[in-house]
Amino acid sequence: MTALADTTEARIALPPMRRLRGPAFGLLGIFVLMALWWLGGWVVANDPDLFAFADFAPAPTLSALWDIVTSGEVFDMSGPSLFRVGAGLGIAALLGVPAGIAIGRVGWLRELTNVPFQFLRMISPLSWMPIAVMVYDTWDAAIVFLIGVAAIWPILFSTAAGVRRIDPAWLKVARNLGANPVHMLFVVILPAIAVDILTGLRLALGVAWVVLVPAEYLGVTSGLGYAINDARDTLDYARLAAVVVVIGVIGFTLDYLFMLAIRKFNWVRETAH
Amino acid sequence: MFAAAKDFQMMLEKAMFSGAEKLQGLARPRRKHRTAVAGAHIAVMGLSHTYRRSDGPVLEDISFQVEPGEVVALLGRSGCGKSTLLHMLSGLTLPSQGEVVINGNTVRGPSNRWVMMFQAPSLFPWMTVAQNAALGLRFARRNEEIARRVPEVLDLVDLAAFADRNAQDLSGGQQQRVALARSLATRPEMLLLDEPFSALDAFTRRALQRDVRKIAHNLGLTLVIVTHDVSEAVRMADRVLVLDANPGRIAQDTVIDLDDDEREGGCDRFNAEHVRLMEIYTAVAHGAADETDDTPEKA
Ligand SMILES: Nc1ncnc2c1ncn2[C@@H]1O[C@H](COP(=O)(O)OP(=O)(O)O)[C@@H](O)[C@H]1O
Ligand SMILES: [Mg+2]
Repeated sequence: MTALADTTEARIALPPMRRLRGPAFGLLGIFVLMALWWLGGWVVANDPDLFAFADFAPAPTLSALWDIVTSGEVFDMSGPSLFRVGAGLGIAALLGVPAGIAIGRVGWLRELTNVPFQFLRMISPLSWMPIAVMVYDTWDAAIVFLIGVAAIWPILFSTAAGVRRIDPAWLKVARNLGANPVHMLFVVILPAIAVDILTGLRLALGVAWVVLVPAEYLGVTSGLGYAINDARDTLDYARLAAVVVVIGVIGFTLDYLFMLAIRKFNWVRETAH
Repeated sequence: MFAAAKDFQMMLEKAMFSGAEKLQGLARPRRKHRTAVAGAHIAVMGLSHTYRRSDGPVLEDISFQVEPGEVVALLGRSGCGKSTLLHMLSGLTLPSQGEVVINGNTVRGPSNRWVMMFQAPSLFPWMTVAQNAALGLRFARRNEEIARRVPEVLDLVDLAAFADRNAQDLSGGQQQRVALARSLATRPEMLLLDEPFSALDAFTRRALQRDVRKIAHNLGLTLVIVTHDVSEAVRMADRVLVLDANPGRIAQDTVIDLDDDEREGGCDRFNAEHVRLMEIYTAVAHGAADETDDTPEKA
């Protein structure tokens, strides 16, 4: 059998196999996850103590998911959530990128802000919730604030780290060729750190997406977090599980989009020569 | 009293030079018809420099002039202040004393009329070769020239076929050629080269030494090249300033009298010039070593 691998046919067949390996394993992973889910549902359904939660199993969940997708409810749920995350991330980027560039470029600013920022970063964003509710008139604004607080740190620190890795020779060359500060920012610094900014945004999205759901448990009457809470109150566990799946799918898709953007803007060559 | 006299001398030299330039302009109106840009005239006057964090001066009382179109090499041991001096010619660093006057104007900052090239080509890796070469024009808001000028300079450095390639796909020598094209795009009057070929293999280095000298000559550019390599100085320079170390001073100012063919090497005249310059260089280096040498055997 081992001799087979040495035949020409086997070697020719190898490259396409390797290309298919990633997607194949991805599918296999999903399959394993579904199997575990189904197994869990089967255990729950057969346990008299847990019988009430049997609707968390794949079959009822997928049927509920089908319902909310075909009725368009899924868009009504996720629209407000996406808006809140988008606004929170946008504001965090608007503040975090310039602050990160300044901190990366100016030594004393970095030293001055290091301790306070590390301190603030370690405070769970959700612990700002009571304050946010008091400060902002609307629930929406409070949620955007919480997401912003969660999202700003990865963006800021990633940007600053990117700026510090910029080759000083690029700045010297640009200055020597007559670049003004605006050129320096848009032609040298931003393209050089585009990947760092996007990596920060990707990390920030992960945190923001996590913070979103508990933040939507309070006050608001729209969004995915609210949909989960609402389903729990009406004991509609199939629908609850369907919303959980929706949260996972949207989060996965957004993360994937950021990964594509990072790949597009990445100018670092895999192999040096 | 001394300082005032020096200031006066500088003023005088500056006035004389700008007068001379005007006269030259009158005497040679045909300059205007040439497509090539005339090279810059450099006058360095009483220049000294001390870095903020260093104890003694790095450069002390340096004065010299470079004629338009001349190729001058600054030759000296590592650490003698060659790069510092070149940065001051470019305006990237300002001297703590004295001044650099280019075409009659004191240098107060970088300008795209003279461009510096470094040991590393430092191309921007997210840009194509053509985009890299266009940077100077872009920064100078001369975007309308890019379409014509960039192919022209890439052709000049034999890289026309690589215009749309990513800068990272090129070899070290090719990257340095792109850096040369990038420097030439704005039609500068002077190139300042800081050991630009020292990271290249011998073959590529020879080719670039010859090509850069040829291009500079054809365009009438003034070329100042910093090197610690005697043969590079002999191959490229019309004139060599040999620098002493600690503090950096001009110890010797010597003309290399070879024509372009002789500079290819392998002939007696080249070898003779090489030996002569090597002797000057070692004498200067030894002199510096003796000054700092305090071993008892010496006495
Ligand atoms: N930014 C700086 N601050 C302090 N000292 C410096 C700085 N740059 C260079 N030096 C010192 O000045 C001297 C000359 O440096 P440099 O001009 O780079 O010499 P070379 O190019 O001839 O090797 C060296 O002793 C170096 O350590
Ligand atoms: Mg140097």
